[in-house]
Amino acid sequence: MLIVDSLKKHFGFVKAVDNVNLEIKEGEIVSIIGTNGAGKTTLVNLISGYLKPDSGRILFFDNDITFASPYVRIKLGVGRSFQLIQLFGNITVLDNVRTALFSKYGMIRRGLLPADRYSSVTDEAVNILENFNLADKRDLTPTGLSEGDLKILDIAIAFALKSKLLLLDEPTSGVATSDKFKVMDSIISAIKREKISTLIIEHDMDIVSGYSDRVVVMHEGKVMAEGKPNEIMENKEVKAVVFGIVS
Amino acid sequence: MSLKEIAKNPRWVAYVLIFVILLFIPRLLSIHDLMLFEYGLTFAIVGLGFNLLLGYTGLLSFGHGAYFAAGAYTVGMIAKYLPEAYSLEILIPAAMLFSLILSIIFGFLCVRHTKIFFSILTLSLCMLLYALLFKLYHITGGSDGLRIPLPTAFGFSFKGIRRPEFLSGTYYYFLLIMFAISFIVMKGIVSSPFGKALQAIRDNEVRAELIGIRVRRYRLYAFCLSGLFVGLGGALWTFVNGHVTADLSHWVFSGEIVYMTLLGGFGILEGPVIGAMLFTYLKLYAMGNTQYWMFVIGATLIVLVMLLPNGVAGAIVSLLGKLKRRKTEETTC
Repeated sequence: MLIVDSLKKHFGFVKAVDNVNLEIKEGEIVSIIGTNGAGKTTLVNLISGYLKPDSGRILFFDNDITFASPYVRIKLGVGRSFQLIQLFGNITVLDNVRTALFSKYGMIRRGLLPADRYSSVTDEAVNILENFNLADKRDLTPTGLSEGDLKILDIAIAFALKSKLLLLDEPTSGVATSDKFKVMDSIISAIKREKISTLIIEHDMDIVSGYSDRVVVMHEGKVMAEGKPNEIMENKEVKAVVFGIVS
Repeated sequence: MSLKEIAKNPRWVAYVLIFVILLFIPRLLSIHDLMLFEYGLTFAIVGLGFNLLLGYTGLLSFGHGAYFAAGAYTVGMIAKYLPEAYSLEILIPAAMLFSLILSIIFGFLCVRHTKIFFSILTLSLCMLLYALLFKLYHITGGSDGLRIPLPTAFGFSFKGIRRPEFLSGTYYYFLLIMFAISFIVMKGIVSSPFGKALQAIRDNEVRAELIGIRVRRYRLYAFCLSGLFVGLGGALWTFVNGHVTADLSHWVFSGEIVYMTLLGGFGILEGPVIGAMLFTYLKLYAMGNTQYWMFVIGATLIVLVMLLPNGVAGAIVSLLGKLKRRKTEETTC
């Protein structure tokens, strides 16, 4: 469904993303690993439309979205979460999710009644919050939430867009170690239920091998290796560069 | 919303009560105080419009005097050049139309920027209009401004009636109804999905874009709606004042609009309404009692920012919240 074809993005002399080819099939969960500065987040930024590439192409269901605006990409079904939490800080948790739903349904343009009157949307938002165990905090603003909950809310917003492809930029960074698997379980079970293809950037190898179908290793803007999680873990080059294990 | 629901919601009960009290204001106040109150009401409509941009979209405009002037000058120009069309039911829509057109043009240029750049751009465009109104003496009356005679309304003429009588009678109720409509419409706007999207843009532009909100476009919509309300306020204001001058488009006047919104508390729907009322009285009594009235206004602003950063309405809201919490604590104990 997603084909990234020789994508390039340079910042001055830094080759953040350099000739990257990538393909994601429907329902697949792919992890990207790599050291800091390997270009993982830049790649996600390019796919989500936050940055525009220097050259190369991005195809999504045969639509060329290389230079499409974020609005068009979301219409087509590319949603993302953020490594550094990006939320709407002064509206309630419920409204954070509900606004995404309104946007998805095109109701920001058409909906003339007060937001509370669209009870089906409110119910759906509550449902999503329940899936992510946030329903009891629906009336708080994000300032009253813990770091882990903020991260989950960030993902819940991306999830509310009903994307066909979800880009998760370090979904567990900032989450307490003991909570990491709980967070990932709730995310992955929701993803599997809806059969959403997912691209995850992750550092924690336990999470990568536990949840992904395929792993892509990036190094200095290039794809270094690609394969099943256990194959990648055994790859000598990857071990040396990414994990710093020389054997 | 059905009547039953209104009766159940304490907020709407309060609104209806206030509206009923406002109906009797002309009998309670002297003509002088009533005129002040009417100034307050027109500014309340202006404040509602301005707050959509500042409080809900997060854009601080220092040029909303321009749309106020657009509304006011539409009335003045029609009085001068099209006296046969000088009737409330034509004047008000015309004023709204012209302020909308002006805010579309200015807004189109301004919403490309945010923060201080936006503020400066709105300010300079507003001053541009000021220069035009000031210099085109033969058309706009320059610094002399334009006189605003009493209008007719729906074929009914007010000939032979003096301005104070006009203001304390029919016009007050017309103003009150316009205010009530504006308030309800604005309440609808901010609680609709559109209003939620504006708040999302205010809180986090990047994320708003990436949940599929076309940020710049919705900023423009907010800007135009805001200009429309301010223009309506401007048009209604002219009949109270009886005279329009180019000063309306000066940045100092725009600053007063900002001031009253801050005074009342932005981000709260009722805030600018309270702010507009307070500001009108504060300004007049400061001007009446000392020649250093600007000092009083400035000192008030400093006290306000330091003690009540969310304005008077913000203070009331947090007080109510505290009382509520104390009540629930008492019941649980």
